[in-house]
Amino acid sequence: MPWRSPLALLRDAVRGIGERQKDLRVLVSNLPYSELDAGGRPNRFFPGNAYTPLLFLPVNLYEQFHRWANVYFVGLAVLNFVPVVNAFQPEVALIPICVILALTALKDGWEDFQRYKSDRKVNGTPCLVYRRPDKRFVASRWMDVKVGDFVSMGSNEIVPADLLLLHTSDPHGVCLIETSNLDGETNLKQRRVVSNLGSPTSEFDPENFHCLVVCERPNNNLNHFKCYVEKPDKEKVGVGIESLLLRGCKVRNTEHVVGFVVYAGRETKSMLNNSGPRYKRSRLERALNRDVLFCVVLLFAMCLVGAVGHFIWLSSLPSIPPYLVPDSQGYLESPSLSAFYMFFTMIILLQVLIPISLYVSIELVKIAQVFFITNDVDLYDEDCDGRVQCRALNITEDLGQVEYVFSDKTGTLTENKMVFRRCTVMGTEYAHKENAIRLAVIDEPDSDEEVLFHQRPRQGRQPGWTLDLEESGSEAAQPPRAGGHRSKVAGCAEGDVAFSSPLEKEVVPDKALLQQIVKIDYSSGKRMVDPYLDFFLALAICNTVVVSTATAQRQRVSQLPGASLSSGPLDTLSSLAKKVGSLRQTLASWQPMSRRGSLASEGSAADDESDKTSDRDRGAGAPKGPRPAGRSDELLFEAESPDEAALVYAAKAYGFTLLARTPASVTVRLPRGETLVLEVLDTLSFDANRKRMSVLVRHPVTRQLVLYTKGADYTIMELLGTPYAEQLKGNQKSVAANCQTHVDQYAKEGLRTLCFTKKLVSEKEYSDWSTLRREAMAAMDNREEFIRDSAVHLERDLTLLGATGIEDRLQESVPDTIVALREAGIQVWVLTGDKPETAVNIAYACRLLDEGDMVINMSSKDKLTCTSMLDCTLEAVRRYPRGPNGMVTDPTIALVIDGRTLGMVLESDLQAHFVELAQRCRSVLCCRVTPLQKSAVVKVIRDRLKVMTLAIGDGANDVNMIQAADVGIGISGQEGMQAVMASDFAICRFKHLRKLLLVHGHWCYTRLANMIVYFFYKNVAYVNLLFWYQFFCGFSGTAMIDYWLLIFFNLFYTSIPPIMFGIMDRDVSAETLLGLPELYRTGQGTGEYKASFFWVSILDAFYQSLVCFFIPYWTYQGSDIDVFTFGTPLNTVSLFTILLHLSIEIKAWTVVHLVVILGSVMVFFLTILAYNAFCVTCNPPSNPYWILQNQMADPTFHLVCLLTTVAALLPRYTFHVLRNTIDPSPLVRARKLERLDADVRQQWIEEWRSMRGGGAGGGGGGGGGGGGGGDAVGGGESGRSASPVHILDPSPFPPSRSDTHV
Amino acid sequence: MASGYNAKEEDGHHSGAPGNGGGAGAVKSKKPDNTAFKQQRLPAWQPILTAGTVLPAFFVIGLIFIPIGIGLFVTSNNIKEFEIDYTGVDASSPCYNCARNFSWNSTSSCTCSVPFTLEQPFESNVFMYYGLSNFYQNHRRYVKSRDDSQLNGDQTSLKSPSKECEPYRMSDGLPIAPCGAIANSLFNDTLELYYVVNNSKTPVTLVKKGIAWWTDKHVKFRNPGGNNNLTVAFQGTSKPVNWRTPVSELDPTDPENNGFINEDFIVWMRTAALPTFRKLYRIIQKKADLTPTLASGRYVLEVSYNYPVRSFDGRKRVILSTISWMGGKNPFLGIAYITVGSVCFFLGVVLLIIHHKYDNRNNSADIPN
Repeated sequence: MPWRSPLALLRDAVRGIGERQKDLRVLVSNLPYSELDAGGRPNRFFPGNAYTPLLFLPVNLYEQFHRWANVYFVGLAVLNFVPVVNAFQPEVALIPICVILALTALKDGWEDFQRYKSDRKVNGTPCLVYRRPDKRFVASRWMDVKVGDFVSMGSNEIVPADLLLLHTSDPHGVCLIETSNLDGETNLKQRRVVSNLGSPTSEFDPENFHCLVVCERPNNNLNHFKCYVEKPDKEKVGVGIESLLLRGCKVRNTEHVVGFVVYAGRETKSMLNNSGPRYKRSRLERALNRDVLFCVVLLFAMCLVGAVGHFIWLSSLPSIPPYLVPDSQGYLESPSLSAFYMFFTMIILLQVLIPISLYVSIELVKIAQVFFITNDVDLYDEDCDGRVQCRALNITEDLGQVEYVFSDKTGTLTENKMVFRRCTVMGTEYAHKENAIRLAVIDEPDSDEEVLFHQRPRQGRQPGWTLDLEESGSEAAQPPRAGGHRSKVAGCAEGDVAFSSPLEKEVVPDKALLQQIVKIDYSSGKRMVDPYLDFFLALAICNTVVVSTATAQRQRVSQLPGASLSSGPLDTLSSLAKKVGSLRQTLASWQPMSRRGSLASEGSAADDESDKTSDRDRGAGAPKGPRPAGRSDELLFEAESPDEAALVYAAKAYGFTLLARTPASVTVRLPRGETLVLEVLDTLSFDANRKRMSVLVRHPVTRQLVLYTKGADYTIMELLGTPYAEQLKGNQKSVAANCQTHVDQYAKEGLRTLCFTKKLVSEKEYSDWSTLRREAMAAMDNREEFIRDSAVHLERDLTLLGATGIEDRLQESVPDTIVALREAGIQVWVLTGDKPETAVNIAYACRLLDEGDMVINMSSKDKLTCTSMLDCTLEAVRRYPRGPNGMVTDPTIALVIDGRTLGMVLESDLQAHFVELAQRCRSVLCCRVTPLQKSAVVKVIRDRLKVMTLAIGDGANDVNMIQAADVGIGISGQEGMQAVMASDFAICRFKHLRKLLLVHGHWCYTRLANMIVYFFYKNVAYVNLLFWYQFFCGFSGTAMIDYWLLIFFNLFYTSIPPIMFGIMDRDVSAETLLGLPELYRTGQGTGEYKASFFWVSILDAFYQSLVCFFIPYWTYQGSDIDVFTFGTPLNTVSLFTILLHLSIEIKAWTVVHLVVILGSVMVFFLTILAYNAFCVTCNPPSNPYWILQNQMADPTFHLVCLLTTVAALLPRYTFHVLRNTIDPSPLVRARKLERLDADVRQQWIEEWRSMRGGGAGGGGGGGGGGGGGGDAVGGGESGRSASPVHILDPSPFPPSRSDTHV
Repeated sequence: MASGYNAKEEDGHHSGAPGNGGGAGAVKSKKPDNTAFKQQRLPAWQPILTAGTVLPAFFVIGLIFIPIGIGLFVTSNNIKEFEIDYTGVDASSPCYNCARNFSWNSTSSCTCSVPFTLEQPFESNVFMYYGLSNFYQNHRRYVKSRDDSQLNGDQTSLKSPSKECEPYRMSDGLPIAPCGAIANSLFNDTLELYYVVNNSKTPVTLVKKGIAWWTDKHVKFRNPGGNNNLTVAFQGTSKPVNWRTPVSELDPTDPENNGFINEDFIVWMRTAALPTFRKLYRIIQKKADLTPTLASGRYVLEVSYNYPVRSFDGRKRVILSTISWMGGKNPFLGIAYITVGSVCFFLGVVLLIIHHKYDNRNNSADIPN
């Protein structure tokens, strides 16, 4: 039921407007109704915590009973209170459920308390809300903010609710916000006052706000907001996300802001987004639930046996024997009724068969696993100072079963640190060789530079900080960051600013291009229309980069540079000091070379510190001409995407410096020093469908309307004006052709390409278009579509200026990781929005494709060719034999497919064929795919092949994919936190995936799988003792073990060792797992938790319970033993068997294991001895007094225990021994390997790996360098070459076999 | 369940206080501690179960178990045991008549004499058991049907026994002492043993002390108000329905053996684990001189036949048995030990062969020379 504001209802009633659109919400100012309003709004922020300590218990219990397992358990306990069927003392049956509920409640309570503490803090945060009685903004608290209120904020305050921005102190009506609290993006974003509401400069009076705000219902989309404001004169003004201040954002650089609350509390977008950790069910858990179901069936079967047995037993009695106890009235039930009751008694008696404690144990184990994963020092990244984050707590074991990895390219495989590499302008290529050399040098930071870096900044920085403290109190809270804290050279000094490591910032200009600019500057009279100038202008302004200064952090440069300098020389000093550190190391590496290339030297030192900087400026190729004192260095470009920043920096290197951006204007300094203020008429922002963005500006000199567009080459090329039609544009034709060649060339080198165009727009065209645009903006439904259409309307007949090539370098260890993943039997798919050429190049670079691979390129324009191509390829591929893992072994096939074709093959009729083809390919590369296609691919593979999929990505465009996959991994990198927010695990670097999957995945999976199987075994083995006894007590439901011990056995005596086992067992060491990725294959598919594995364990449990029951039975048969004395050896033997069984399963014994297991035995004996010593008449039927003491004095007891334990474990022990000896699993082989000396082992692993490298990469021949080495070893010493085969040969590793047997 | 575990870090409101700074750089490094525990590098012993490594264990187990088994078997075989079934199922058996004409209510007891011959003399202490078959003393409701507090001498429980005793809780408005089905079905045959020499019967001395657990007799079972004047102590209670005498007069010969601490009663109250069981009835003590406790020859068992077993197809037996350190005669444990020991030994041999076939190859392959 959609929520309707009571006020809105009231308003509707007053105005007589019925409900029109259900998914819309109509809001009005609260002020006229402030007397009426009793506060019916969800004004608290976190009602999740609304329940008080008093209410906690009932509410928590209510929530807990939503779990069927608990309901089952309580049902049993209740059943036990029914006198005719009860098996235990009713109170005893309550213990387990109470313990489990209490444990859970304790945990929930602790979490709630933590939340409560933080909520209280947040709820009490002060803010200013307009109150009518006071006629002003009154200090209030966050929890008192209601929808319809007016809230006022100052700079650096946090937005308390989702606000419609109505007024700012800024003359342009903008306000900057920082959204790092929401998405981690640190760049400032601009928000605009709702336009046309009144003059932006005059003081805003909430009482004069009589508009109607119509907005959509609360949703969790942070980047989208649909709303319009209906003014009293019925004019509708469309409002989008650009006027919404989201709760949690911080107001920056704006003195005063007033907003209208549209969503408050839980309905705010950030809260709706923050649904807490995600709960997924892992594959193992699904299998587990299936087996629990088996257990239920088993339980019912056993109960049925009990009931039927009881019936038969009763019926066979000739008359009423003295041991049949009638009810209190002295009547005996009929056998059938008794049998019916007995069924339920049996359920109670054998309830432990359903491993309820398993669920609690699994959660504990998973929490510990998460703890270990997050604490892995190898998964810590210095650069982003982040550990791996486990956001989904319950799918750790899925990491061990991954079969398909779908990876984004940009930012995932690559650094997403965009570096300007080369460009082509008007058909001429500028290679930027010096720049390339600089990048090569910068790649290897060495220690000297680091020292330099650490020393220098400290001197200069200190005054800078004190200054900052004086200037703005807001900085006071920030602890000073001494340079020494940062160990990494690059990118840290300006850690607050996105995309601004020296690597990205510094561009060495190409001499030729520089000369071209200089030439133009001085030779051409009509320079303002020169294509080179246009190109760089486009580079500098066709973006959404916000300029800020380094010193006054986040102090937006809202005035012209001259004015912005008024902050004084000290300001400059500090900023320079701050920057010099990072610059210095750049300098050290490339200065000598750049000096040679520098054209002019002109010092503009403000002080001795900036001396060095100007040095660099010279290197950066500041052209001749007056420069306004090298202040430009303080400018920081805060871009939403790294490409933009890279381009702006590139433009800056050529002297085109972006100085300021406001919604209405953009200021650029030209090489000669004059500044150009261009009026921005509109910005057609980037979207994934258009794949381009445009800026429409009015040139200040020519007064022409110019549209600068940048975008992917294939979208731009289509939009170029028709050169053939007009003779005049013959030049354009060649430019386009040359440019296309260059762009293709760039793509082959793996560069990202962007084309830049210009278009002169006539005034008429503009006015026509702007009407269209306005309509689109005001549209309520399908606004995006309208806006996009309107953009397309303008973006045509473009004139090509040139193109840029931006390098996105591969992350560290990406090729190694991909090779390791592939060796681990994981198919790696790369899905990218890039061009196929770029993608293929990167794929080769990261070893996704090898030289010898057979690459199938699928690209077709229509469905018919696509179908036939698919069929042909499939036919061809089918001829190759399939390996045991369903992958073609020889030759390796790779598939490259583009987005359009992908769209076709994903249609339902071709899907099956495509999946089959993809299955036979070792790697698949999808280019030019949209985010939606990414997730579609993942879904198709996941659903069709029923495999475990993992998606990894870093950007918003990967969110769909991450959510579609079984395991979603977000990389917390340059593109904000959206991918991380949607992910199950967040890592800093792609290379961490290797250890995360190969080691932690494997461990988590094997541990949990083994523990679960063990739990089932344990319960069946124990409960069956009771079941067998039923055959000797007339199926009457007697337990020969004290009820307390029966309950405690599972709850205490045998619960900690398996949990410890699940947390700490380590079948193979991390080094070996990383060294031999093949070991990962053991977990794939059904992995170790096979149905057969489960049933073997159950059978073993049956066998063990039979032994544990019948050896004592035959020993004591016919003797004078009493019920509970008979139960004592059974219980003891069970304990020994169950714990020793675990000992067989434990792969690595640490002190913890030893302590826990011995401790369990000790606790068992000590507590029972104490219980039996002090309990004379307690716990009536069992009479435990002195029983264990008596038994322990009897040698028979010990003999029985010894014999039974040995006999019970003999088969499993023998089975393990035989399997490990005759047909050891790869894991066992690996463990044997670990026993070798470290150096021998290392040698062995390397040797084996090199052979693998040859096998994997080689195929037809060639292969990697390792292949040759492996062959040489193999040829030289036959003993060595044979060794890997014996240990690791059998089926899991086919390539090695084929390799060595040849 | 574990909501908010990590999400907190993302919660926007956590850095909620204004002026707290939203910068990405934290002062303190989040680098995890590099400890053996956190990095999962605790020193560990990693045994691999292969034929080579476990061979000795199998042989050792075999070598230990087989001698134990032989010892147990021999011990068990040395125990002399003699069993007499006096149920009276066959028309020819002496107690046939008594068995047929039974009723709980008959006041006079039916007696019958069962003659038997001991082929071999019994040397040490002889334990005399009565055995019942098919008597499910372990039935769930039966096991529960008692009041331990009452048996422990608790006065309130004496007057108001536990509900578990139903329907043997009250009789004619008076509380039953001892209450419950177990007590009600107390075995009440009297057995006497006579040695027959030349047709003259010499009674064999049967000791009835020490047949119950010491702890039961002295701690768990107590008469209400001590042992003085049981008649007064049990005033206001009723005897169990099936009993012929009140609890205070269970043993007319020994006043110390009456009430709840009557040893026969205590023995009966320790409910048997299995439907075929024996319970210690009397002990025939070893004689001071060198003559055997029970010489070989003819004996007569005089039974006062009170206990009905026909209602459940039961059998009543008397067992005479000497005991060893390991209890009564039971060859099972010895045989089981020998069997398991032999299996282990056999497996050891099999593993030895396997070890030669596989392990050697693997070992050589393991270590690149």
